[in-house]
Amino acid sequence: MASSCVQLCIRHRLVLPLKTVALTVCTQARRCHTFIRPRRPPDVSGMQAKYQQRPCICFYSNIISKQENKESKQLIHLNDDVSSNESPTSLDQDAATRLPALEEISDEEAASLTPYPSIPPASASLREYVDQSETLVKLVQLGVNLWKLEQRPNVGSMLLRLVFDKDVAPRLLFLKSIGVDDSRLGYVVTHNPLVLTEDLENLQARVNYLKSKKFTSENVASMVSRAPYILNFSVKRLDNRLGFYQQQLGLNAANTRNIVARLPRLLCGSLEPVKENLKVCEIELGFKANEIQHMVLAVPKILTANKRKLTQIFDFLHNTMKVPHHLIAKFPQVFNNKFLRIKERHLFLQYLERAHYDPDQSSYVSLERLTSSPDYTFCTEVALATLEDFYVFQKTL
Amino acid sequence: MATPAARAFRRLEGLFCVYKPAGVPWKLVRDGIETKLLKGLDALPSLPIPEQTRFLPPPGGDNLTPKVLSAVCVPALSKHRLVTGPEFRHIRVGVGHRLDTFSSGVLVLGVGNGNKALNDLYHTRVTRDYTLEGEFGTATDDFSHMGRVVERSTYDHITQDKLERVLAMLQGANQKALLTYANVDMQSQEAYEMAVQGSLGPDGKSPPILMSLRCIRFQPPNFTLEVQCLNETQKYLRKVVHEIGLELRSTAICKGVRRTRDGTFTLQDALIRHQWTTAEVMRAVKKNRPSTRSVISSNRSTPVPTDKEVRSSYETQSCDRLTPPRSHKQDLMS
Repeated sequence: MASSCVQLCIRHRLVLPLKTVALTVCTQARRCHTFIRPRRPPDVSGMQAKYQQRPCICFYSNIISKQENKESKQLIHLNDDVSSNESPTSLDQDAATRLPALEEISDEEAASLTPYPSIPPASASLREYVDQSETLVKLVQLGVNLWKLEQRPNVGSMLLRLVFDKDVAPRLLFLKSIGVDDSRLGYVVTHNPLVLTEDLENLQARVNYLKSKKFTSENVASMVSRAPYILNFSVKRLDNRLGFYQQQLGLNAANTRNIVARLPRLLCGSLEPVKENLKVCEIELGFKANEIQHMVLAVPKILTANKRKLTQIFDFLHNTMKVPHHLIAKFPQVFNNKFLRIKERHLFLQYLERAHYDPDQSSYVSLERLTSSPDYTFCTEVALATLEDFYVFQKTL
Repeated sequence: MATPAARAFRRLEGLFCVYKPAGVPWKLVRDGIETKLLKGLDALPSLPIPEQTRFLPPPGGDNLTPKVLSAVCVPALSKHRLVTGPEFRHIRVGVGHRLDTFSSGVLVLGVGNGNKALNDLYHTRVTRDYTLEGEFGTATDDFSHMGRVVERSTYDHITQDKLERVLAMLQGANQKALLTYANVDMQSQEAYEMAVQGSLGPDGKSPPILMSLRCIRFQPPNFTLEVQCLNETQKYLRKVVHEIGLELRSTAICKGVRRTRDGTFTLQDALIRHQWTTAEVMRAVKKNRPSTRSVISSNRSTPVPTDKEVRSSYETQSCDRLTPPRSHKQDLMS
């Protein structure tokens, strides 16, 4: 690492003393943006292998060294005066003796000199690069959470390597053309930065596939906004998943489209948890197939919910509150609540002797009013007590 | 210049107590509170992004015009929230005397520098108040109503009088243990003076000791006990209920262990779930500052704590806010 740093320092110094060459190169390179933009990806060197134990450290020095190599090659090509470029070390010693720091230079040369780049060769954070990189500036303006992205291994280096005009802009324009709102572009890139490296043809093919399955363009736009990874999956995988949901749940095409449009992350995750949840509903909870269908149509989240939570809530509803299956199937939103909320409210009603969940009884409390109403409405309308009483009661449980 | 978040962080230092619900591990409670505090701090407004001056060469392409740098004032994006991340990523939240998953009740937590007071709380010999709900007729392997049933028995012969006698016997045995573990010669003047002040008790490690034990409610098969104890674990308290059942020649299980007081922190001060926010915690920490100071000073100055003060403060406050169901129903109907 020390040797590579020294090498890089040498290369930096290479740029500055070659003033005559620097002038001509200046007009081509865009100085306010980073000159760390190699066109080819860095290959894995021994040093990168050393850093693989710490995935959060983005290894940028390879990028800089490649770029510097190219630039120095350009310099060699442009100006024949500089003949001693074969051995970088000998040039360095000559440069050090010929050009001390206190040498007087003209105003034009001073204006064209760039300050010593304060960009470190390797860093664990994108903070040091954000002011110099056009891509990063534009991403921050869009609202992308760079801090979250730099925690992921290799994503930081990937973002630095992107060229805004060539890589990022076409894909953002593509997302806009599908119908994704401008304010959501930041969210999409934060959650799925790999969309900026996908092939445009692939993205277009996937959108065309979804449209061929008769998803409307608004549906496609909302699905991409809410589940950004959807465009990274191949057409075959999307097809496989849609087929699975249609076949397992026994729904027709329109209903499948309905649940997938409402919960697009069904197409993104693995199918194993969904299969397990379906088995839990069928065997452990004892719901019939048509009840499961109705519940999934009403609350698709049941397919991806936590098994333990589902079982815990159902156990309390069925065995303690004595609510029969058909009433739970009629109101599956009860599984969206926290278990403690249902428990506390039921115990409060039981204490006040108002815990009647049978529709035939008078003062019947439906599951919807029990769980979905906010605390104040529940206390005043259902329990007919004050909010303070409810809070004091919670401390006696 | 301190941001509002930094100012709030500095105010979050001290002890406070929450009401831990039953069935939730104490670690989840502690993690949940830390997450909520960090979220609250993150939501506070941050300072505006500072500007930095950059010198840019003019965009012209020809070499003939003189190169003059132009100064531009741009916001330094390296200080933007989206690049630096949240200001606070970790708050030290420590737990005082722990409560196991089955029990509920007052759980004392320390935040920031208040964690040092937690250490003092451990060393201070404060008692804790519990309410134990028991039921006659069954015995299980882990002494609670969720364990595997081992034995069933009748309980018709049990009367309140017999229960009181058993409790008195237990209390006597515990008083003896209290005196034994006090490491003080009972015949000495020192022991007399300590007993007069009410500070006679075990120093440091000792087996669990029940200082007082009484029956609040007796409706067979259910009964409720109120216990004041030292150095206890909740499993020991469930075992006590089981042993009471055995003494009465029947069996008993414990349906609930609820801590109503831990030192000077009572149910009144405990925060329930919807109050686990930054503002409420700051208010609670501020309110508890005097009792925190007394915990620290009592640990520093005297080797034995002022248990008498604790007991008197308990007597003046009412722990059980809710009256028994009968009268509460009358209140509602009136």
